[in-house]
Amino acid sequence: MSAIGHYLEAAGLPTVQVSLIREHTASMKSPRALWVPYELGRPLGVPGDAAFQKRVLRAALSLLDRTDGPLIVDHDEEVPTGTVSAEGDGWTCPVSFPAPAGEETATASLKREIGGLKPWYELGLERRGRTTMGVSGLSIEAVADYVAAFAEQGLDALSPLPDLPVSEAFKRANDDLQAFYQEAATAQPGHGGGHADVLDWFWGQTEAGKQLLACRDKARETDDKRLRFIVNGLMVPRLAAAQLGI
Amino acid sequence: MARLSDMPPALAEHLLKLPCADMRETPCISGPPLSERRVAIISTAGLGRRGEENFSAGANDYRVLPADLPPGEIVMSHISVNYDRTGFQDDVNICFPLDRLKEMAADGEIGSVADFHYSFMGATDPAEMKAAVDSLAGPLQAEGVNAVVLIPV
Repeated sequence: MSAIGHYLEAAGLPTVQVSLIREHTASMKSPRALWVPYELGRPLGVPGDAAFQKRVLRAALSLLDRTDGPLIVDHDEEVPTGTVSAEGDGWTCPVSFPAPAGEETATASLKREIGGLKPWYELGLERRGRTTMGVSGLSIEAVADYVAAFAEQGLDALSPLPDLPVSEAFKRANDDLQAFYQEAATAQPGHGGGHADVLDWFWGQTEAGKQLLACRDKARETDDKRLRFIVNGLMVPRLAAAQLGI
Repeated sequence: MARLSDMPPALAEHLLKLPCADMRETPCISGPPLSERRVAIISTAGLGRRGEENFSAGANDYRVLPADLPPGEIVMSHISVNYDRTGFQDDVNICFPLDRLKEMAADGEIGSVADFHYSFMGATDPAEMKAAVDSLAGPLQAEGVNAVVLIPV
């Protein structure tokens, strides 16, 4: 991000950067930066709080008057108590999933769980007016089919995105599966806006998390370097991986 | 929470180890008062329009986000999983504060909002992004932008 500021200023365009990692911004001598003490993923501080966000943006834009860079100004407004997502807020998923009628396939288990969450996903969709699912272009059911098949068959699983390398198809399915679960979880009553508890729940308690970890095991057995790179570094968040001991 | 000292050690250590490009100081360009500036956002959140090509590892290109793009048409294909996405799921303004800019323009705090905004994916080596960033200067200047706010994720 700091580099973009350098390049644009050199081209004659005034810039100001919001900084999340102060150490990186200082190291890269960002021309103008407002450092904010907010969580990664939330540079404007609090979702849904327009006044809070505007104070951050106003503080950043005010630095455009200065030409004595490189400069970093600290924005000292903390997020209100109870909105610090990464610290967790004790949320546990209140949805109890129906028990299987008997033995069931991995696909059926995953789809049963998804079915139990779908009302909450739909509620979230209605309230927000949007979903962040969609990088794969697949329905959640098609995503489930692929993930469950991959968990069992690895590279032999039939890809629903045959024009893409398996690594890319899997990454997109993974991203959409996690987006569906996160959006369903955060729409539920009692959820205070945190994501640490959602991560714990997803990776520790859900069938989806279990099957993605099985996919990870399958992928790590293959010769597909790109796929191994994705499952090793771009699938399980570091916080969750530390909890899981992987 | 973005203080490294507040982060779980594994994440803080990972972030500290990330290489930072060795940049020379660049003089800051001056401009008119804020109330006369035309402002554009450049995000590094890996944002794009629904249905267009996703970002992939090493991507050094950008996506165009028109100011009239409905929030529901914006998706995030950043490759990293090591940051919160629930904020973005709740409110796109958490990392792409276009609505806030529009409000500030309506209130006269800024001059105007650019017609086009842009997103890169921040995980890419900055040197690899230089050509694409340089190529953006023309389109930005062509629509009179004289303030760019850079927002990470």
